[in-house]
Parts: sequence; C-alpha cells; structure tokens
Amino acid sequence: MSRYRRRRIVNRLMEVIATVAALVAVAVLAIVVVSVAKRAAGAISWDFFTKPQALFGQPGGGIANALVGTVLLVLMAGAMALPVGVLTAIYLTEFAPRRVAVPIQVVIDVLAGLPTIVIGIFVYALLVIGHTQSGIAGAFALAIIMLPLIARATQEVLLLVPSTLREASLALGVRRWRTVLGVILPTSVGGILTGTVLAVARAAGETAPLLFTSSIFANSVQTDVTKPLPNIPVLIFTYSEQPDPALHEQAWAAALVLMAFVLVASLAAKALLARSRRKLVG
Amino acid sequence: MTEGITMTPVIDVAQARKDAEPIEKNDVVFDIQKLTASYGKQPAISDVDLEIYRNVITAVIGPSGCGKSTFIRCLNRMNDLVPGARIEGKILYQGDDLYASGVDPVEVRRRIGMVFQKANPFPKSIYDNVAWGPRVLGMRKDLDGRVEKALRGAALWDEVKDRLKKNALSLSGGQQQRLCIARAIAVEPDVLLLDEPASALDPIATSAIEELMHELKRDYTLVIVTHNMQQAARVADMTAFFSLDVDESRRTGVLVEYDGTAKIFTNPGDKRTEDYVTGRFG
Amino acid sequence: MSAVPTSSPLQARRHRLRGQLGDLALHGLTLAAALACLVLVGAIVWKILALSGDAFDQFGFGFITGRTWDPVKHVFGALPFIYGTAVSSLLAVVLATPLAIAIGLYLSELAPRGVRGIVGSLVELLAAIPSVVLGLWGILVLGPFLAHHVEPWLHSSLGFIPLFGEPQQTGQGLFTAAVILTIMIVPIVASISRELFLGVPRELEEGALALGATRWEMVRGVILPATRSGVAAAVILGLGRAVGEAIAVTQVIGGGTRIGWSLFPPADTLASKIASSYQGAGSGLEISSLMYLAAILLVLGLIANLVAQVIVRRFDPLRGARS
Repeated sequence: MSRYRRRRIVNRLMEVIATVAALVAVAVLAIVVVSVAKRAAGAISWDFFTKPQALFGQPGGGIANALVGTVLLVLMAGAMALPVGVLTAIYLTEFAPRRVAVPIQVVIDVLAGLPTIVIGIFVYALLVIGHTQSGIAGAFALAIIMLPLIARATQEVLLLVPSTLREASLALGVRRWRTVLGVILPTSVGGILTGTVLAVARAAGETAPLLFTSSIFANSVQTDVTKPLPNIPVLIFTYSEQPDPALHEQAWAAALVLMAFVLVASLAAKALLARSRRKLVG
Repeated sequence: MTEGITMTPVIDVAQARKDAEPIEKNDVVFDIQKLTASYGKQPAISDVDLEIYRNVITAVIGPSGCGKSTFIRCLNRMNDLVPGARIEGKILYQGDDLYASGVDPVEVRRRIGMVFQKANPFPKSIYDNVAWGPRVLGMRKDLDGRVEKALRGAALWDEVKDRLKKNALSLSGGQQQRLCIARAIAVEPDVLLLDEPASALDPIATSAIEELMHELKRDYTLVIVTHNMQQAARVADMTAFFSLDVDESRRTGVLVEYDGTAKIFTNPGDKRTEDYVTGRFG
Repeated sequence: MSAVPTSSPLQARRHRLRGQLGDLALHGLTLAAALACLVLVGAIVWKILALSGDAFDQFGFGFITGRTWDPVKHVFGALPFIYGTAVSSLLAVVLATPLAIAIGLYLSELAPRGVRGIVGSLVELLAAIPSVVLGLWGILVLGPFLAHHVEPWLHSSLGFIPLFGEPQQTGQGLFTAAVILTIMIVPIVASISRELFLGVPRELEEGALALGATRWEMVRGVILPATRSGVAAAVILGLGRAVGEAIAVTQVIGGGTRIGWSLFPPADTLASKIASSYQGAGSGLEISSLMYLAAILLVLGLIANLVAQVIVRRFDPLRGARS
C-alpha cells in the first residue's frame, strides 16, 4: 500500500476514534440520566415534595425536610463564601504585589483540589467535637468548598475589565476604593453571579462534608441551624446503602431532583455568562 | 550584496529590470479561469483570469482588502480551512483541476507550498522544523542531507549549522522566516506561495529574503503577495494588480491588470493601475 | 489630590483623609480575606495532623505498611487502603486519559460548528453530576451490569491475567470503583484538554497543513507536543480527584481489607474507609487511626495538586510561539 494511502487511512481512523470517544461520553450521560429518570418515576408525586421522610419502616414519605435543609445549608454557605471569595479575588487583582499574589493563588488552587472528605473532617474537628452536629457546621464545610470556586470566577471576570477603565477613573482623581466598588465591581457582577451559581450547584450535591457535620437528623422538617439539617445528598447516600427497594426508589427520585437542579443552575450560569460577556465586550 | 534599499522611484527600478532580463513565458503552471472566491455571501474576489508561468516570480499587488491573500490561498486550497469558504470557476494546476471532486487537499499542499506573513516555526529544534515535513511524508532517506540542502536553499545553513538542535524560536525574525522557507522547500514542492513574507521584517532581513527569491526562482515557481510596490518592482517578473470593485450591490476584489513587471510600473494599460503605482491612491 | 473644589483647606484635608482611609480599609479588608484563605489551609493541615497524633504515637510510620485493620485488637494499618486508592485511581487514569484526549481533540478539531457547543456542554454536564448520584447509579445499575456481563467475560477470556479473577455477585469492588472514577475524571481532563488544544496558535496549525500533512499528522506533530505539559497537569488533577473521591467509591467498592491481584472482590480506599467507618468507630485509637488515614489522603491530594500547579507554571513549550 502506498504511503499516501496509509496516511489517509490513519487519518480517517483517528477521526473515527475521536468521534466515537465523544459519542461514548454523551452516551454515558444519557444512560445515567435515563436510568435515574426511569427508576425515579414511581416515587415522584406531590407528596414526595411536601412530606418529610417517613418514620423508620413506614412506607411513603418524601423529601420535604431534606429539600428545606439543603436550601438552608446552601444559602448559609453562600453567605459565608461569597464575601470572602470576592474580597480575596479583589485583593489578588487590585492590591497584591506579585510576590504575595503567587502564594495566595497557589493556596486557592490547593483549596479547590482538597478531598472533600478531608474538609468534612476538619470542620468536624473544629465545630462538632465537643458539641453536636449542626447546620452551621455543615454550611461552613460547604462554604470552604465554594470559596475557591467563587474566588476564581471573580478573578477571571475582574481581569476582563480593561485596565483603561481603571486608569480613567483614577486619572479623574477618584480614589482606589471608590473605583473598585463603584466601577470595577458593578461591571463584574455578571461573572461573579455566574461563579456563585455554579458554586451553589456544586455545593448542593456534596455529601462527604455533610457526612461529619450534618448527617444525623430527624425525620421532620428542621429549620434550627444549630441542629443538624436534613439534606438531599446525605439522604440519597443513606438510602442507597439500605437494602429496601422503596427507599431506593425515593433515592432515585431525590437524585433526579438534584440533577434537575444542577442542570437548571448550569444553564442559568451559561446564560448569565453570555449576557455579561456581551455587555463587557459589546 | 543586494541593491541598496533606497527610495528610488518605482519607475526607475522597473526600467532597470526591463533592460536586464527578458521574460520567458515557459509552460503554464496555474491556469486560473473566472475564479470567484467567497466567505459566506460576499465574494472576496470575482472573475479572476490569469496564467502563472514556471520558474517565474509573479507578484500580486493592490490596496488592502482587495483579496490578494484570498487569491493566493485558493491556489493551495488553504481556504478550505475556513468554514463557509467556496469557490466558483476553475484553477488548473499543470492541467489538472485543483478543486475537482476526489482531489485531496493534502496532496495539493505537498506540491504547492506556502510561507506565511508572520514566521510560524514550530516550537521544536531548527533541525526538527525542517525535518518534520519530510519525515511525515515518508522522505526518510538521508534526512540529514535533506535538511542541509533545504537550509542551504534558504540561505540559512551557514548561520545555523552549529546549532541545529537549538529551539527555532531562539532565531531572529528574519532567520525564522528563512527557516520557514527551508521547511517549505524541504518537502520538494513545485510552487512556493509567499503571503507578504517580509512585511514583519526589518529592511536588512527583507533584502535577504528578496535575494533568496531570485535564487529560488531557478528551481521553483514563486507567487508572492506584497503590499510594497518597490518590493514587487525589485523582485517580480510578472505582476498582477488587484483592486476593489465597489458598487451598490457588491464590494469585491478584481484583477485589473496582469503583465510584465516593467510594463505595469512604467507603462500601465489601465488607469487604475497607473493611479496605484504612481501613488495617487492605495 | 482631590478633584472636588473645596472652600477651605481643612475640608480638603478631611476629604483626602476619608479617601485614604477608604483605600486603607479596602486594602485591609481584602488582605484579611486573602490571609483567611491561607490560614484556612494551614488550619486544615494542622488539625488533621493533630487528630492523627494518637495513632501516630502508637504506630509511627509503620502504620503506612501495616496490613491489619482490627478494631477489636486495636491494631490498625493503612496498606490495604493505600493499595485500594492506588489501584482504583491509577486504573481510572489509565482508562480516562486516552478517552479524554480524544474527546478534547474532537471538540477542538473535528466537530462541526453547531455540534461543538452542544457536545461540549454535554461533557461539562457529565462533570456536574453529583458523586452521590453516580454512586447510587453505580450500586444499583452499573455494579450488577458489570458483575453479570463484563466481569465474567473478562475472567473467561483474559483470566490468565491475575487482574481478572473470579467475578463477584454484586459487582462491588475495585473494578466498578475504577469505572465510576473514570466517568468522573474524563470530563475534567477533556474540558481542560479542549481549551489547551484551542489555544494552539492558528498559524502553527496552518504551517503544518501547508506542508501537506494530514489533520492527524498536524495534531500529532504540532498540537499534542505543544500542549503536553498542560495535558499532563490536567491528568494529574484528575488523578487527585480520583484519589480524594469518597462518596461514590464508598458506595460501589464493598469494603474490605484484602490485598490481592484480582480487581473484582470488594476492597476499600483511604477515602472510602474513612467515610464508611467513622460512624461506627469505637475507641479513640480507632478514630485517630481513621484520622491518620485522612492525613495520608491529605498528603497525597496535596502532592498531586502541587505537582499539577508546578507543571502548569513552569513548563510551557508554547511560551515562545505565543505572541
């Protein structure tokens, strides 16, 4: 076979392999989503969303308490992580001298890569030992996970602000802090929001940190944050480890709810990103 | 050395060349018939008719935006890489239709090489830059000899023979461009297309490239796009003048005049050509 | 200098002072936030090490090579779990890397315009699936599937390789865990690879194609060498993710302290042992030993993360070619 023909065949082969690989990824996604949807169908009902978990051994029940708990946990975590993340990013882009910026950047990347179970253990040691599990401890653990994500997203969008904008404001005699708060932050709000939404989607699905901080909870709706808050990921986890098929069905349904939430959040983040990009670049 | 880079009026330079060498119109390498090339709806060039002759340097000149680059990129099917690009009309390369179905652009590009405006050596060693093409195409015999021959052909051998293993990016701009020429001729093409090869270089490097082109003419057919009229007058045997044809319905590049360089610069037939070469516009 | 015309020098001074205070306050506030991050990481490392203190006093570094985990006899060792972590993560990386690079190439070089965005988004969605959901799917769907269809086939056709021993009924074991981890790593590495491939300057691609190279030859000769350090860093990041994953792995790995050749029987990784045992842990020594496991996990995770960061910051072959 001529060398030319061989080269053409190899090229074609590689194209096929790459296409198949992409198809495999899409197929796996489809399989997982369809699996969950199929098996969840039976449990989805109005009761499912409005009733709390059934008492041990009893049929029925739903995830109302877990839903409420997850919402509370994620909101608290966001409230903790957002300011620290945004301020850190501002420090890195506006104030930090190069020698200080690099180690802090390294630290943020380290935080982003920490095994979440280690974070759970840390918060456990800090806030749970000697007291009890609590929603606050759980939220704090989730906040540690959200922090680097928000900081990175904020950094990215702050860097997008053209330096000419900063210079123009400073040249007018406007103070640094006014420039940052009044000019730079407002143009970056879209990107910050996007990063936060994505961080929230991530935090809502995290189990390991909550395993140590907010996993022993009652079967009723709980809003006292000093007590452990029921939450969806731990519920799915616990049910998945039980042999009861009724619980499995509820686990599937809860998983569907979680995935739907993640999907909606991702789409929202994408839309936000597109809008803010259009505003900035025009 | 070369003629000095002085601001000799274009006409005088062309006159000097007119006395020097008669142009031999050997066989036709490219027969371009009613070529219209468009990206999307607007045609970038329309109804171009010309023939390019072997072992002759043909310059393509004209104001910015008149489609010179588009034209030259049609000759080696590089426009295929732009989504939405199409051509109408015919380009016959040595009698064969370049765009016939079944013609593989890969084969086309092996025979019709290209040097780009901005030198683009691979981030590899000097040796590997020149050797990569032959290796991939299967010309593995006496690779060292090939590399030396190509580097000599590009007038670069003496400068780099002691540091072939060094990274190509350590060379100066002019040397990098000559390396790209060496890389192109290492695969033994018939034609070399040069898209403003010296526009990013200083005058000394430019004159080195121009001198090189006179040497390359012996073995290859050269088509060079240039926005520098003096360069065309110094270097080219034939010159094609493109210009923009603008009316209510369209804005497209057209071939205005194509003739021996001396004639184009001393006694152009078309008023538009005369206006351009005497500097009245463009 | 103040831009606001003032009537008295005293007012001007007060205005300037307020501005300076504002600057100082913002600088201080943001610095405090940045330092808080530093302190946080330091606190995490310190706390984990402190908690493992008792176990470290008892077993020293021998803990790392200890094969027994016996809460009754108060003898604990990490080796089975280090083994589990190593095997499952490395296998996942071996499976995921070629797949992810191929996907990255598809998304950057091959896919037509419209398809590119959709498939890219779908791959990112795959990354967004919470690990507990993947674990649930793993226990109830993937595990049984692997146990009934894939493992017997592997055992019968490739059983001479000790990796493929007797298949288990439930499908809970290192193999299933590795597959789940692969599904988790692929989108991460693929997305990063895609960005890297798209970042190769167009002129380099055109230069290669203009020589008469096929698309694949251009990829192999220009794109892959130019992005190799970035891709390596992405793979190491994926490895770090796999090593640290606790939940999905706990759900599908079955639990056990076996160290053996076969991939199919149940086992445990560092992370899964911690997750599954912490609630039932009795003695302080057992808890401290679990913390020791966490410390080892932390160190492994940190090494992977820092190595990836160093690679990205130091070795970039494209540095000269990017304008």
